[in-house]
Amino acid sequence: MRSVMMSRLALAFAVMLPFTVHAAASKVALDKVDIDITDQPSLQRGVQLYTNYCMACHSLKYSRYERVADDIGIPHDLYLENLIFSDAKIGSLMENSMEPGLAQTWFGAAPPDLSLIARLRGADWLYTYLRTFYKDESRPWGVNNAVFKDVGMPHVLSQMQGLCASKPETGVQSEVDPMSGEIVGGGGCESYVTEGELTPAEFNSAMRDLTNFLVYVGEPSKLQANAIAPWVLLFLVILFIPVYLLNREYWKDIH
Amino acid sequence: MQKLIGWIDERLPIVNAFEKHMSKYYAPKNFNVWYMFGVLSMVVLVNQLLTGIWLTMSYVPTAEGAFKSVEYIMRDVEYGWLIRYLHSTGATAFFVVVYLHMFRALLYGSYQKPRELIWIFGMIIYLVLMAEAFLGYLLPWGQMSYWGAQVIVSLFGAIPVIGDDLTQWIRGDYLISGITLNRFFALHVVALPIVILGLVVLHILALHEVGSNNPDGVDIKKHKDANGIPRDGIPFHPYYTVHDLVPIVIFLFIFLAVVFYFPEGGGYFLEKPNFEPANALKTPDHIAPVWYFTPFYAMLRAITYPFFGVDAKLWGVIVMGGAIAILFVLPWLDRSPVKSWRYKGWMSRVWLGIFVVSFIILGVCGALPANEQPYWLAPLCTGLYFAFFLLMPFYTKLEKTKAVPERVVFK
Repeated sequence: MRSVMMSRLALAFAVMLPFTVHAAASKVALDKVDIDITDQPSLQRGVQLYTNYCMACHSLKYSRYERVADDIGIPHDLYLENLIFSDAKIGSLMENSMEPGLAQTWFGAAPPDLSLIARLRGADWLYTYLRTFYKDESRPWGVNNAVFKDVGMPHVLSQMQGLCASKPETGVQSEVDPMSGEIVGGGGCESYVTEGELTPAEFNSAMRDLTNFLVYVGEPSKLQANAIAPWVLLFLVILFIPVYLLNREYWKDIH
Repeated sequence: MQKLIGWIDERLPIVNAFEKHMSKYYAPKNFNVWYMFGVLSMVVLVNQLLTGIWLTMSYVPTAEGAFKSVEYIMRDVEYGWLIRYLHSTGATAFFVVVYLHMFRALLYGSYQKPRELIWIFGMIIYLVLMAEAFLGYLLPWGQMSYWGAQVIVSLFGAIPVIGDDLTQWIRGDYLISGITLNRFFALHVVALPIVILGLVVLHILALHEVGSNNPDGVDIKKHKDANGIPRDGIPFHPYYTVHDLVPIVIFLFIFLAVVFYFPEGGGYFLEKPNFEPANALKTPDHIAPVWYFTPFYAMLRAITYPFFGVDAKLWGVIVMGGAIAILFVLPWLDRSPVKSWRYKGWMSRVWLGIFVVSFIILGVCGALPANEQPYWLAPLCTGLYFAFFLLMPFYTKLEKTKAVPERVVFK
């Protein structure tokens, strides 16, 4: 009985093994990105990129223009003039006019709303994903992605980045040489089919801004939390003093 | 003021009640840090009730509106994010303090005669709390809310004959739907909180009837002074009311630091897939319960073989149910003449250690995918978990205990 059970368990384990290997392989090593949601210039460049390159397909339907403008330091009139292309008001939700049914026909899947994408995927994933599109003629849009295999999205940033000829290596930390501005160290794209308008270092920096913005917009309350937390905790530290002394005073006569 | 109290007291015995439960309730003077988790569970309970009430003011309990309304609370409601994080982190805090409170009872034999009913009321609170947490987790209507509920509700399907009809009756639909969400909401915000409050009252009334245990497991009522007051007892108020303020402030510091800086708890308090709205057509790669359920989830998955012709899934449900049920009979499994582990023999101490370690390992196993852990680990720890209880009548009877002091040890 026992040996039968053990062999069954061993078999079950053996059957699971290929899945283990597969699961491990599907976990792509990610490039690390430094996020700072108090870096307003970065967030402003990020929202600009988002509005120009992403928002036509990807809404931020839980977020409002006004909140974003106030949080990242863009005056309402400038925001309305430069970053709202529809007749939306400053207090509107950041929706777009894409028809989900049609979008599904065009891309195979409707482009998801990205309000919470940074909380779902994580900053490193987004930063790596945005930078690792590469040429793959077998795909409908002629491109594939290193972290999101067979993604339905075209490489909308190819004008900036250029198009990488083969699958870029991910998870290898590279550095920007401060003298030349060139990227040194491994990883990234080896050669480009078409050149982009930006150097790889400039493009990385832009994608850091975009990721930073998506992290901010995923949890705008983080700014408020960071602002009030020290005061609340400081209050508790101060409150601890009388509470501790009160306790000591009462317990003095307990022996 | 005095007149007002007198006026009320002639009509409602408030002075008597205050004396009975506070100023003339004599608690042992030798409570240690393990005794703070009772009052902390009260603090967390109040937090959950207050933040819960405020959340319902903006939450929309429909399949179409739930996810959106949570984001509305997080972004558009003034301090809505704080109320929501206090509630979601509060759920984690609740289980932390309740688990430590239960462990305290194990350490010092607080479940032993004459405190069996206190233990049983406590266990029912724990059971209802698990149900409350499970129901509440569906409400944000994210992917993990949906699929977690799907997995747990489907467990009832393992019950022979009535299983399928029963799951359908619980869901109110052929799959988890807006109908399920509505009834879970009703149960979560009305039915179970009332039950929990009633049980907490019973838990405390039963405690105040027999008096508190203490780290030495000594009965303080054996030594009374001329006025009939236990020599080792001190009035709960003011001594323990001021005493409890210290851990409450420390607890709030830690709790609020998590609320402000780590509300997601690294994906263990708020799971990442829950930032995507529920989708009945897309199963997440890895469905894991929130951390406080993982030990039981690991036991559920531990059985992979149909012993005695009974389906493995049903065995899993039986084992998981048994793991909780066995806690109820704990007062009758412990045959030791002493209460506290301080005076129990080495076997009790070793088994308690084994129990704690296996429970923690089971918690880790339950959080990991089944294929990313040694296949024998969860079954082994499940076995040890049960052995701790089932062997208890023997090792507590066999072992040599130490002499218990007449009076409590107090430095």
